[in-house]
Amino acid sequence: MPTYQLNINGESRSVEVSEDTPLLWVLRDHLDLVGTKYGCGIALCGSCTIHLDGIAVRSCALTLAQVEGKSITTIEGLSEDGTHPVQEAWKEVDVPQCGYCQSGQIMTASAFLKNNPNPTEDEIKDAMQGNICRCASYTRIYKAVEIAASKMA
Amino acid sequence: MNQQKKIKMSTQKTSITFSRRSFMKTSSLAGGGLIIGFNLFNACKPNAKPSIDLAKLNYNDFNAFIKIADNGAVTIFSPNPEVGQGVKTSMPMIIAEELDVAWKDVYVKQGVLDTNNYTRQVAGGSQSIRFGWDALRETGATARQMLIKAAAERWGVDPSECTTSEGVISNAAGETLSYGEVVNEAANLEIPEDVRLKEVKDYKIIGSNVTNVDIDKIVKGENLYGFDFKTEGMLIACVMRPPAFGQKLESFDDADAKAVDGVTEVLSFGDKIAVLAKDTWSAMKGKKALKAEWKTDTKLESTEDHDKLLLGLLDGNKFETLREDGDIKKAFAQADEVLERTYESPFLPHNCLEPMNFYANVTPDKIHLVGPIQTPEGTAKHIAEVLERDFEDVHLEMTRIGGGFGRRLYGDFAVEAAEISNKAKKPVKVVFTREDDMADGIYRPAIKYRIKAAVKDGKITGYHLKEAAINSNMYGLIPNFFPAGAIENYQVDVANYKSNITTGAWRAPYTNFLAFAEQSFFDELAEMMEVDKIQLRLDLLQKVKGTTDERIQYSPERMEKVIKTAVEKSGWGTKPEGVYQGFVNYYCHNSHVAEVADVVLENGQPVVKKITCVVDCGIVINPLGALNQIEGGIIDGIGHAMYGDFTFQNGVPQSVNFDKYRLIRMKEAPIVETHMIKNEFSPTGLGEPTLPPAGAAIANAFKAATGKRLYNQPFSKYPELLRGPEKEIIG
Repeated sequence: MPTYQLNINGESRSVEVSEDTPLLWVLRDHLDLVGTKYGCGIALCGSCTIHLDGIAVRSCALTLAQVEGKSITTIEGLSEDGTHPVQEAWKEVDVPQCGYCQSGQIMTASAFLKNNPNPTEDEIKDAMQGNICRCASYTRIYKAVEIAASKMA
Repeated sequence: MNQQKKIKMSTQKTSITFSRRSFMKTSSLAGGGLIIGFNLFNACKPNAKPSIDLAKLNYNDFNAFIKIADNGAVTIFSPNPEVGQGVKTSMPMIIAEELDVAWKDVYVKQGVLDTNNYTRQVAGGSQSIRFGWDALRETGATARQMLIKAAAERWGVDPSECTTSEGVISNAAGETLSYGEVVNEAANLEIPEDVRLKEVKDYKIIGSNVTNVDIDKIVKGENLYGFDFKTEGMLIACVMRPPAFGQKLESFDDADAKAVDGVTEVLSFGDKIAVLAKDTWSAMKGKKALKAEWKTDTKLESTEDHDKLLLGLLDGNKFETLREDGDIKKAFAQADEVLERTYESPFLPHNCLEPMNFYANVTPDKIHLVGPIQTPEGTAKHIAEVLERDFEDVHLEMTRIGGGFGRRLYGDFAVEAAEISNKAKKPVKVVFTREDDMADGIYRPAIKYRIKAAVKDGKITGYHLKEAAINSNMYGLIPNFFPAGAIENYQVDVANYKSNITTGAWRAPYTNFLAFAEQSFFDELAEMMEVDKIQLRLDLLQKVKGTTDERIQYSPERMEKVIKTAVEKSGWGTKPEGVYQGFVNYYCHNSHVAEVADVVLENGQPVVKKITCVVDCGIVINPLGALNQIEGGIIDGIGHAMYGDFTFQNGVPQSVNFDKYRLIRMKEAPIVETHMIKNEFSPTGLGEPTLPPAGAAIANAFKAATGKRLYNQPFSKYPELLRGPEKEIIG
């Protein structure tokens, strides 16, 4: 099995896995970074969202060859102590119900707001449309993104 | 119409004294402090062992306790599964209120399954708070009373001269002692025989906005869920099950599966084959590489067949009558006008975002189970039975649950884990892929309703509700929901067709579709009768007031109040041109709800902009969590009414992932404005009650907007709703 050098949350990590293993399972099973969740495996629910060179991407649909040499950030690396403005906004609004989708929601929102700190309502909804919340906490997710935007702007 | 009528309410007395029912034992804690044992739901077992072996005390062994350390820190163990409904926050809030400690000093831990010390460790039916209310308060209050007594004895004063606030006891002379300073003395006191509870007006924690106790861990992505759970040497198992309902395993070839890197073992059990691997991806790959032959065992059913069968049942006469008032035949024979409508719904998968999974390690002396389950006790007992072991061997720990919606009432996945671990003699975690989760479900059954009403001299004189369902019919309380008692001649008949497709509870079972059928029907009935839609409902309620029929589940006074409040808050009938409204009132899961949908037309297509919701669930423990449940329930209800569709072809589910199965997303979610009725009734649940009315609220608004009445779910089957009218003309 090939060995890959990955740059994850600012650290260099070496993993030996079969070449078709999606990044999601490398994070969860090989590196114990379980904040990135499995929901569908076909990049349609957003639970596995991470940042790749600052862009929000679905880790279930990426192989290691596609991410080697790039900067990977997971929910565990978004901030040292859970105080990224998006995480703070999530706490302020008390967004989660079951909570399972929320790290993916937070990773999508944080990448989006970095590139668009003054979003319109439609832009927020477009950005978050790819992330399913089965508990349907959408009104709170929206509110938290708005609050985070005001903090980051 | 908008005038608020003063409603006489018999508020439950909240300052109750309890005899010693829920308390079991207090003991000193090695290293300082006090642990207080309690039986949460005061159906205390007469032979429950009160003694605590302190030598063995650790978090894994004991859970049914408030623990107060000698520094005053309070740990409260929350016994019920946390499925997203918020009980891990709200149930300890009730204990903390009566214990009279500051919420910031409370640390909450999830309790494990412990049938000696708890009863009803279940997340289901929106009942945790309703059943826990008395016992949780009693638990906190008893502990507080003992702590006061210990302080009073030290001071040589009467306990009645002492007061508490945020974990500190004060006496008349102004001296103070913290709970932590007297816990060891309190531990040796007799448990008081009667305990006084706080009055509602004195609540500090109940009724305040408290953030989810797991929020920090959730936003940091910490290990919380069953899918995240791992032990040294644990294998992941992916299970291949028959691809069609009605099939059995004939044979299989595991050569290719075993050749996958990481796969350690393939084994069959029953009609299933498990692929065990060192990691999840290898197990999934191994399962894909399996080759199996299946044989038809029973009929391979299709949605088309179900539709015909259920309509046939509605047309036929093989019903069981669940409630019969007066004589509906006579009412229909004498009617001036009759309205009859049929409403149809599909199967629905639950689609918890965390797919089914469970960990099991079956060894000769112990069965260790860990994972997300709504029914830990039933599942543990079932596993003991399947493995022919003593129930005492089973140790079950609950993880935080990534969604339940009823699916995790069924422990099939945990039984699989136990069977595989037992056979492989290794610790194993069974994980479902999304495809497994959707294709191997325990679905909401497809149901059809036919409702018929008789009208004479401008009054509803007869009401006949018929249900035809796959596998099982509505539970016995439902025929006593609104409008039971309001119509003189009233009958509820049910029939079912036994299918080999597995079905079960899905968030607000039966009412999740029945509310749509009945509340759409009332809307249409008012149109036929040419009467005001709200007045029709209010008039019906008048007839239920003062009823002596103890079967009636809802309160006409509380229902009237939510209706009138919704009329006022939603601006019913006063909206500008272009805003169309739909009205619903409903009772289920012991709470009363009214919802008004605001719909506008965009490019000729109706769009839901806002839902105004009024809820009466009695005392609200945690408004912040309550609003989340209410909003989530409504949007979930809209999503499934709009898009939820699940069909079978020859026993095979036709959608198994989110490419073909649509869930509601942010853009389709309306604003929700909620108003809670303030009263002092004992609290009831919120996990379900706001979901059922949502589908009817939007359907009634769509009718107002487009003139089109909807009878079947999902509404996405009506092309004009999703594609716009111009497309309808074309095709």
